[in-house]
Amino acid sequence: MSKDVLILAESVEDKLALISSELLGIGRKLADDLGGDLIAVILGSEGTKELSKGLISLGADKVIVGESDIFDGYTNSFYLEGIDAAVRESSPHTFLVANTSVGRDIAPRIAFRHNASYAHDCTELSYEDEKLCAIRPVWGGSAISHVKSKTENLSIASLRPKALPMADIIEGRTGDLVELNISIESGETLMSFLEAKKVQSEGVRLEDAEIVVSGGRGLGGAENFSHLEKLGKVLKAAVGASRAAVDAGWVPTQMQVGQTGKIVSPNLYIAVGISGAMQHMVGAGPSKNIVAINTDADAPIFQRARYGIVGDYKKVLPALTEKFEELLQS
Amino acid sequence: MNIIVCIKQVQDPDIPPRDFKVDEEKMEVLSPANVSPVISTFDENAIEEAIALKEVHGGKITVVTVGSESCKDSLKKCLAMGCDDAILLNDDCFEDSDAFGIARILAAAIEKIGEFDIIMCGRLSSDWSFGSTGLALAEALGLPSVGQLQKITVEGDELICERGLEDGVEVVKVKTPCLLTVSNEINNPRLPSVKGILMASRKQLPIWKSTDIEIDESKIGSSANTLELTKLYQPVFTGNCEFIEDESLEEAAKKLALRLREDKII
Repeated sequence: MSKDVLILAESVEDKLALISSELLGIGRKLADDLGGDLIAVILGSEGTKELSKGLISLGADKVIVGESDIFDGYTNSFYLEGIDAAVRESSPHTFLVANTSVGRDIAPRIAFRHNASYAHDCTELSYEDEKLCAIRPVWGGSAISHVKSKTENLSIASLRPKALPMADIIEGRTGDLVELNISIESGETLMSFLEAKKVQSEGVRLEDAEIVVSGGRGLGGAENFSHLEKLGKVLKAAVGASRAAVDAGWVPTQMQVGQTGKIVSPNLYIAVGISGAMQHMVGAGPSKNIVAINTDADAPIFQRARYGIVGDYKKVLPALTEKFEELLQS
Repeated sequence: MNIIVCIKQVQDPDIPPRDFKVDEEKMEVLSPANVSPVISTFDENAIEEAIALKEVHGGKITVVTVGSESCKDSLKKCLAMGCDDAILLNDDCFEDSDAFGIARILAAAIEKIGEFDIIMCGRLSSDWSFGSTGLALAEALGLPSVGQLQKITVEGDELICERGLEDGVEVVKVKTPCLLTVSNEINNPRLPSVKGILMASRKQLPIWKSTDIEIDESKIGSSANTLELTKLYQPVFTGNCEFIEDESLEEAAKKLALRLREDKII
C-alpha cells in the first residue's frame, strides 16, 4: 500500500489559507512517520499554480494543481470530480482536508466513494501500526473520542482549524509540480456557481483578532450588542456571538463562535451573557485568557474563565469600557 | 415539490453540562434520567425548511429515520409540525451502523419511496458529529449536493441556493432532484400545533425491516464500520476562575480592567 499523504490545500483571495499551512504541518509529520511523500492538491482558476511554490516551501514534495474556469468559485460537483481525480492519481495512504466549508463538503463523498474511513473535525492525528488514529471532540465538545481506522483502503480525516501548529517555511525546498488531468466540461454538471457574496466585517476579522468581545442570550436583544461594539472599538477587538444570539436573529451568522461557527484563538476573550455551552466553548476554547461577565455564578463559562464578574453586564460594561479607554491612553 | 427529510433521534444536547456523563469502560454516553430524546438540532431545521417550502410550493413531505422503536416519538413530532408521512427503518442488522452504513440504509429506503425532488438533511448530528450521513447519501444515490444551505429559491426544476462560507455566502444553482444539508442559521423551527399533535397521534407509522428494502447486509452494521472507537472520556477543566468583586459592579469592572493591564493582557 502507498505510504503517501495527500492534503487538500485551499486559497483565500489568491493566497494560501492559513489552515492549509496547519494541514501541511501535520501532513509532513504523518508522511515522515510512514516514510512516504507529502502531496498537496489545490484547485482554482488561472493563476492557482503560483501557490505551488508556497506549498513546497511549507513541506509538500509534490503539488497537483487543477487550474480551470470550472474551479472559479466552489461547487460541490466540480470540486468533487477534481479532487476525486487527484485522489485516484496519487492513490495515497491518507487524505487530509481542513474542516472548512469546502473540506467538510467534499471529504464525506470522497470517503464513501472510495470505501475509506472518515474521521471528522480532528484535533490530533497519528499512526498506530500504520493505521490512522485521530482524536475528535464529540457531543458538542462534551466528550473526547479516540478513533482508529480499520480499513485497508484509504483513510480520510478533516482537521479542526487552529488545533495544530502551522508548518515552518523552509526556503529553497524543492518539489514537483503536476497538472491535474480533468475531463469535466461545465455543461456536464447539474450544478453551477453564480456568485460569492462576502460579508465584510467592520474592523478586525474574528479569526485573526487578538481580542474578541462576544455576546450571548444574556444580552437580551439585538440593540444591546452596541455595548459590545463600544468596548470592541476601544480594545480594537472583533465582536462575536453565541449560537443563541444568532438563532434569536440578533446578529448575522458570520459572527457565531462555536463548533458550527468560527474557532477563535485571541489573547483575550470577553464573554458577556454567555453561559458557556460546550458547543460554544469548542470555538472559544483556544483563547488564551477568558473573562466572563454573567448574572449566574454557576454558569459553566466560569469554569473556563481566568477572571469573572457576577452581575448585570449593563452596569459592568460601561465602567469597563471607560477604564480600558483611560488605561490605553496613558 | 416532494421532499424527503432524513432525521436522527439523539439524546437532548441542551441538558446542563453537569448532567452529561460518560461510561469510560463501555465507551458510552449515559442517558440522563427523565430527559426525553429529541430530533438532532440541525435535522429539525431541515424539517422546518421542508415545511416552509411545502407551504409555498405544495407537495408532500416524507420523513425517514433509522433507529429503535422509541424514534417514533421524533417521527410523530415531525408529523405534528406539518410533515405528511413518516417511516421508521428498524432492524437488528441496522444497529451500530456508522454514517456510511446509515446512508446505505436510507438510500435503499428512498429507492423504495420512489419519486422526490429534494432530500433534506441536517449537516451534522448533535451527538457523534460525523457530518457525513447526508453527503454520503447523495453519493449513494448519485445526486448533486449543496451543503450548509442558508436560503433556497425555487425556479422551476432548479434551485438557487445560498450556502454558508467562512466569510459570507456563495450562490449556486442546482437541478432537482438533489440533496441539501442545513444547519441552525437557515430558520427557527416551529412548535407543533395542538391540531397537529392530535392528527399525528392518530397516524400509523410504517416500520420497514431489511427485508422491505434492497440492502446488502454485509455493508451495514458494526462489522462494516471503517473506524473503531478506542477511547471516550470527558474533558477536564481546571475551573480556577478568580471572581472580581467590589462595593459596586462599576468598581469591580474598573478593578478587572486594572488586573488585565497588570497581567499585560491588554
